[in-house]
Order: sequence, then C-alpha cells, then structure tokens
Amino acid sequence: MRSAPPSAADQTDGPVACFRTCGLTRVFGEGATQVRALRGVDLSIPNGEIVVLLGASGSGKSTLLNILGGLDRASGGEFDFRGRDMTAISDNELTRFRRDHVGFVFQFYNLMPSLTARENVELVTEIASNPMPALDALDLVGLAERADHFPAEMSGGEQQRVAIARAIAKRPEVMLCDEPTGALDSATGVRVLQALKRVNRDLGSTILLITHNAGVAAMADRVITLADGEVRDSRINEHPVEPDALSW
Amino acid sequence: MTGRARDIAAALPARLDRKMVRDLWAIRLQALAIALVVAAGVAVLVVSAGMLDSLRETRDAYYDRYRFADVWAPVVRAPDSVAEAIHQLDGVAQVEARVRQPVLFDMPGLSAPASGLILSLPETGLPRVNRIHLTEGRRPRAGQREEIVLLDGFARAHGLAIGDRVTATIRGGREEFRVVGFALAPEFVYAIAPGQIVPDDRLYGVAWMGRDALEQAADSAGAFNEAALILQPGARERSVIDALDRLLAPWGAPGAHGREDHISDAFVSSEINQLGTMASLLPPVFLVVAAFLVNVVLTRLIAMERAQIGLLKAFGYHSRDVVWHYTKFALVIGAAGLALGVGGGTWLGRLMAAMYIEYYHFPFLLFDLPASVYAASLGVTLLAVGGGAMLAGLRAARLSPAEAMRPSPPPDYSRALGAALARWKRFDQQSRMILRHTLRWPARSAFTLAGVAISVGLLASSMYFLDATRAMIDAHFYQSNRQDVTVSLVEPRPRAALHAIARLPGVLTAEPVRYAPARLRFAGHEERMALTGAPPGAHLSRLIDSQGRPVTPPPGSIILSRDLAAPLGVSPGDRIEVEITEGNRPVFELSVANVVTTLIGSGAIMDIGDLNRLLGEDAVISGAWLRIDPDQADTLYAELKNAPAIGEVSLQNEAREQFERLMDEGMGASIYIYTLFAGMIAVGVIYNSVRISFSEREHELAVLRVLGFTRGEVAYVLLGEIALLTLIALPAGALMGAGLAWYFSEAMSSDLFRLPYIIRPATFGYSVLVVLIVALSSGLMVRARLNRLDMVAALKSGD
Repeated sequence: MRSAPPSAADQTDGPVACFRTCGLTRVFGEGATQVRALRGVDLSIPNGEIVVLLGASGSGKSTLLNILGGLDRASGGEFDFRGRDMTAISDNELTRFRRDHVGFVFQFYNLMPSLTARENVELVTEIASNPMPALDALDLVGLAERADHFPAEMSGGEQQRVAIARAIAKRPEVMLCDEPTGALDSATGVRVLQALKRVNRDLGSTILLITHNAGVAAMADRVITLADGEVRDSRINEHPVEPDALSW
Repeated sequence: MTGRARDIAAALPARLDRKMVRDLWAIRLQALAIALVVAAGVAVLVVSAGMLDSLRETRDAYYDRYRFADVWAPVVRAPDSVAEAIHQLDGVAQVEARVRQPVLFDMPGLSAPASGLILSLPETGLPRVNRIHLTEGRRPRAGQREEIVLLDGFARAHGLAIGDRVTATIRGGREEFRVVGFALAPEFVYAIAPGQIVPDDRLYGVAWMGRDALEQAADSAGAFNEAALILQPGARERSVIDALDRLLAPWGAPGAHGREDHISDAFVSSEINQLGTMASLLPPVFLVVAAFLVNVVLTRLIAMERAQIGLLKAFGYHSRDVVWHYTKFALVIGAAGLALGVGGGTWLGRLMAAMYIEYYHFPFLLFDLPASVYAASLGVTLLAVGGGAMLAGLRAARLSPAEAMRPSPPPDYSRALGAALARWKRFDQQSRMILRHTLRWPARSAFTLAGVAISVGLLASSMYFLDATRAMIDAHFYQSNRQDVTVSLVEPRPRAALHAIARLPGVLTAEPVRYAPARLRFAGHEERMALTGAPPGAHLSRLIDSQGRPVTPPPGSIILSRDLAAPLGVSPGDRIEVEITEGNRPVFELSVANVVTTLIGSGAIMDIGDLNRLLGEDAVISGAWLRIDPDQADTLYAELKNAPAIGEVSLQNEAREQFERLMDEGMGASIYIYTLFAGMIAVGVIYNSVRISFSEREHELAVLRVLGFTRGEVAYVLLGEIALLTLIALPAGALMGAGLAWYFSEAMSSDLFRLPYIIRPATFGYSVLVVLIVALSSGLMVRARLNRLDMVAALKSGD
C-alpha cells in the first residue's frame, strides 16, 4: 500500500475524476450549539474505484457521503461530479443527479414495505434513463427467486441485497453505501459486499463505502480515513482482496 | 412548542399530564380539526334540540296560558243559546261563541287591499277560549264600536301607533276604526292568509273588536258563527267533533275541526317536527365521525410512542394508567369541542330564536338550554371521544414492555386485501404503493371514504332544500296558480258578478271559481276539504300532472291531489261519496278521473258547471282568478277595496316575492351553516387522514426523495391515497345526498306542503366542489411539510 498525495484535488490533468472536492465544509446549527462536521475536505476519487471511508463516529463520513450524494449541501468549499460543479446547482438538479447517477445503500434497508422485491427495484427502473431489467438486478444479488416477496417476508440480509439491487438497477455511475453491512452478521455481510464488488466489476460503478469495520478496507482500491471533519489519511490499496476472503 | 405550552405543561403536577399537554401541542392542528367536528355535532344538537325544546315549551305555555282552543266549530249563524248546548256536550270544558268576519283593510301607504279577519271579544271580561296578549294599549271598551285591537305584527308592518285610524270593508260596508291596542294571539302565531304558505304581515291582518259592534257590522245580532272549545282532559276529540257536527248541522256547520287543521298550529307543529328530525339525525353522524377521528389519531400517536409506552410500563405504570393517559388526551379534545359546540350552538340558537320570532309571533321566545340538552351533549361527547380513545388505548395496554421498546417490524403487505388487483401490470410502482396502503388498512380507508361521502351527502342534502323550494315555487306559482289576484266574494253570487269583475280596470282575464266545503268518503275513510269548481280548460289556476301537463276534470268526475287521495285509499277510476257541508248539504257520488301531486296545499277540483248543478243552483261563483295589467294594479286595488261584494283578495305576486324573500333569508342562513358543518367534517376527516398518512410514511417518502423522486412525484404517493378515496367518495356522497334528500322529502313534508324530490346537478356540483376545495387545501398544507422533509434525518432512523 502506498499513500496517495494528500492534495489530490489540486491535480488537474489526467482523466476527469468521479468526485473532486476542495475545502468542503459543513456546519450544523449556530452559536453555542454549532457543530462543524466537515472542516475543509479535499478529495479526488477516480472513476471505477471501490473507496472505503473509515473513521470514528462523528468524524464526518456520513456528512461527506450525504453531500456527495446530493442529499445535503455543503456550507462552504467546492465539489464537482465528473467535472460538473455541484455546489451551486438547484434542488431540482440535485434530485435529477440522484435519480440519474447515484445508487444509495443504507444500514437500514429503506425498502418500501408495500412493494415486493421486484417492485422495489422497478420503483427505480421506471424513472431511470438506462436501467437493467429488475430481475437481472435481483439476479446480480442472488435474489431472483425471491422477487415476489414483500420486505416483511425477508431476512435482513435479503432485504439489504434487494436494496443493492434497487441501487444498481439504474446502472449508476456511483454507488454510495453507508454502513451497508452494519446490521448484518458476518456471512450475510460478505454476500452483500460480493454483490457490491460484482457491480463495480460488471458495471464499472464507482463505489464509496462507509464502514466502522476496518476489515472491509481490504477489498477497497482506496481507503480514506476521516477524523474531526478532515481527511486524516488517503491510501491506495495495491492488492484488493475478494470479499469472500474477508471476515469479522 | 411555544413558551406558553411549556409553562402550562410545567405547571401540571403529574408528569404524564405534562407529556399529554406537550403531545397535544405537537398535534394541535389535528386536535383542533377533531374538536371542530365534535363542536359541529354538539352545536347541531344544541341548536336543534334546544330550539325544539324552547319552541315546544313556549308553545305549550303560551297555548295553555291564553287558552288556545282544541276544537273550532264554524256555523253559518247560530243563536247564542246553542253555545250553552255545546257546553253540555260530553268532554267539553269551555266554549266561546264568537263572530268571525272576513275583512279587507285599506291601509295607508299600501295600494293593495290587505285581507284579514275581525274577531269578536266579549263585551265584558276575558274570552273563555282563545285569549289575546296585549303588547301595547288596551282592549276595546264596552259599547265603543269604533275601537279595535290589531294583530301586533300587522300594526307594526304598517307603522301604526295607538290612536291611529284604520279603514276596512266588512260585508260590503266601509267602516273606520280607531286602534286602541296591539295584541298577539295563540291562534295567530303564524299569521297566514288562507291558501298561502308564508306569512306576510303587510297583506294579512287580524283585528278584534267588541261583540256588539261586530254583530252590527256583520249583521248577526244575537248570533255567533264560530264556537271555539277547550276539551276536558282525556276527552276524545273525534267524538266531540262528531257530536258537534250533529248538534250544529241545522245551523249550517261545514264541520268542526281540531288543532291539526288549524293553519297556524299546523305550521308551528310542522316546524317542531322538522327540528326533531334534525335533532335525531345529524348529531350522531358528527359524533361517530369524531369518535373515528379520535381513534385513528390516537392509534397513530400510540404507534409513534411505542417505545415510550414500553418504558412507562417498564417503570411500573399500570396498563390502566396508560389507557387513562390516552383517554384523557381525547377528553381534552372532547372538552374543547364540547365548549365550542355548546357556546357556538347557544349563539346560533339565539340567532335562530330571533329569526323565528319574526315569523312565529310568540309573546316571548327564549332560546333556553334545558339541563337535558346539556346532559345529552356531555353524554354523547363522552361516548364518542371516550369510546374512540379507549379502543386505541387498549391497544397500548396490550403491548408488553419488552416488545414495545423494540422498533416495530415493517408492516406486512403480503396478505393485504386486493393483492391481486395491486399486482396488475399497468400500475406504476407509486400507484401500487397508494393502492396497497389504502387496502392494507381497509377499515380506516373505508371510514375516510365514508367521512368524505358524508360531507358531500350533507352538503347535497342541505342544498336540496333550495332545489325543492325552487321547484315548489315554480310548480305552485308558475305552473298551477298563474293568476295575479284571487278575489273571493262575501257570499256566492250569480255568474254576472264575474262580468262585473272582468270589467274592473286593469283586469285582463277573469276565470270563475266556485268553492264549497265538502267531505269526501271512500271505504270508511273521510277527508274534509274545500271542493273547487273551475271552468273547463281553466287557464290560470289549474292542477298539473307529473308530466307537467294541466289536467281538466272530465264532466261528472273529480280530480284529487295525492295527499287527499292517499288517506282515502282512492285510485283513478274509483267512485267516491261527496257531501257538501253548506246549503242543502247534498250528497252525491263522483268518479275520480285522476290523482295528481300538488306541492303546496291540497286540491279537489271538478267542473264548475257540474258543481253548480249538484248544488242545485244556477251558474253561481264564489270568486274569480284574475290576470291583471301591472300598470293599472293600483287603480284595480282601489276599486276592490271599495267593492262591497268582495270579501277577500289575495295577491299571488306579493305572495311569491314574500316566499322567495323568506327562503333567501331563512334558508340562506341555514345552508351557510350546514355548509360550514359539513365542511368541518371534510376538514376533520381529510386533514387528519393526510396528516396521519404523512406521519406514517414520512420515512418512506424521504427515501423516495433520496432515490431521486421529485417533490411532485413524492406528493403523488402521499396524496394519491386521499385523492383516490375522495374520488370514490364523491359519487358515493352524491348518492348518499340523494338518499338523505329523499328522506328529508318524506320526513319533512306535511299536510301543508310536500318537498318534491328534485335535485339539480348544480347541487351535486357545489357539494363536490366544497369537498374538493377542502381536500386540496388539506393536501397543500401537508405538501408544505413534504417540502421540508429531512432526507438525512430519515436515513438515520431505521423506522
């Protein structure tokens, strides 16, 4: 493993990065209760990589992921997605951005309880510009045979894999995953990570993955560690391992 | 929470009560919407039951104190000694023999003649029956033949003062009187001219004068022409009337009648019945809706507070504490609604009493809430909100602490109703979510649907009264009674009188009419009415069949209105017995040619020539229907006032305008109020439904936003459900409105008038529009919350 240059954001030549941030800050509240969640984050994340974000609770990883995914806005600094400035775009454009480019996976699966697995995936494919068939997406996560089950009829791991199928079905350029294995046991967690790896390989999606679990970092192309709202460390993993080699 | 709510919360001793106040504050709009539904129900109860009680009490006290007659027995002319014979009849407690004379008043400032009555008062002492209540002035003094007391409303409508002079024509003689007093009387609570449906204080008046003076003016010395009776307690009215009819037959009695045929009392009683219908029908609807709303709102609150409930129980609070906590919650809402409802209802009741007193001339009419109405309001409110809360609270009680503190599992849709329907391929996923959510809680959806339908139904049925009244006006004034003026002669005269009338200035057309009091009998049933003889093909006043065609009685037959035919059990083709109760009292049989529905009043009509022949008289008329030239109306009126043969004049145009004015005032106000109340139901049901749906699905909706759905698309998922339910409810509500209108048309029709079952499309349109506006504004209010959805916060929770 070698350390990446800390000022990656300053690099202007070479292929356009997936995300590039410069001095990104995020402040919550004001006065005595003010919390500075991000204190100036500089990052450059190339296309097609699996990036693991590590850091203690409150280090700013989720805040960063939310801003990159267009769920939240930065208080200061700049960020662009594939060369497009994202700091000043409208709410509607942000919605469009999420819809067309981003797949989300969360610790809590956030499926629609009133829709079956297939319908949960179709929810997204119906509004995406270049989706894959819902069944193919479920097949990618090994759940094609459970397509007609409702979330209440599935285990946690199965629900999480439906969530991944929902995220990948639109063929997103980027997948943002916040603790996707946080609520799962080790074996189920590995299956979920395998699904993510497969998406990265087959579709070329850039994957940003937040985890508390340092072991997961072994599958990443790049590992970024945050502390106190700043990038503490950014390393390139020369030899990522397959998810099935992981355990925790 | 504002500082104020926090202060209140902090001031409460029990911690749970503080929690309740804070929770209530958090859902204040929903609580207010429920309180308004409770308030509407209580207000309708207070207004209708309170008004019902006040009217009934006032009427009974008034009738009792002023000795309102139980039975009236008119005769052509009977010597005073007959009164003593009446008194001796079984069951008769009091008799007052008096002179009753139709009169035409010539009022200053009024070109038209005002019809009316003059009644005699005993020379000394008070009448034994049918006393008057002086509002100003005094009674006529004995022997003062020019002194009269005028009906209060009539005097005030003409701006008269005590001491003013009034000219009137009695039996063709023009006389001048001095007004010495104004009075009210139980006989004229609803002072209405014969054949009219609304009172007009300017055009119909009553005067009282000393018996001697009236005998002279009416040329009936030592005789009376009407006996008014009070019966002994427990006496059977029917047997007294039969005995009276036998006793008075030699004196030309057309037949005695009881209070049910007394026009003023019939109107007062009909109003009381209508209030009774309202009081029993509407409040339960509002309170059931309120109970449901309390239940769904609390059920949702309990679902959100699962963990807290678990914690409370883990701390050692009993299940009953938990149930009581949520019941108190509802009771606070109920108390607010009760206070608003009683306050608002009392206020409305006072307004209504003030309106009533304009038409119903009681000496006093206080809107007074008896303890029973308070108790009923309290009882039904407790029942509604307490019941709704208990059911929800019991669910909280059943939660075990450990189970309650775990997050609730995702709702299971796999076995929801209509799963097959929702799988239909044509639906997009958002529509599927809407449909599944609607079907997942079928009882709640059904009740929301019912609530919306009820508001549409209530709106449509209250608007229906306008439609029905318009139809009545059209049928009565524009189809059936197209004459401008009806004149009645003091006594029947030869046909030549018609030509004299036709030659009066301004008369364009004159049609003869012969009235004769009669009894119709068929299969053991008897009905009393005035038989009308009209010329064949009468153009002005006529009966209209259900197809809107005028019907003319063929020679030798009679046409009956449905309200006469029904109690007799007569159908077209039957032969009925007719007894004329004047003159030689001939009895004959006639075949019924047709039965038609009349909306106002009853009718039995036959050819005037037939009637003359059966009465054994030449061509004789009792009056005429006139079409007049409006430009010459004043000249005609002046002639009529001075014509000695004219006993009564009634003006159709004035009557129609008065009817329309009264309808606009009275009905306008009540429709406004019912719109408000139905709107409250709509707001309560729709706003709460959307609000609860939002609360349940806030997380889901945030996730949809995260997935890239626009605000509009997410709003569709949220509001689609209420839109769907509303769209289904609209036709259901229209149907319900049609049903309610039918019920009202049946329940509120009386002998005086029948509400036709006619609903204009605009009535449905208006009702639907009001509910759509409510739905839309509720949607917009919640949509504003949707715009503030915090996607990040939603993702932090697993719910």
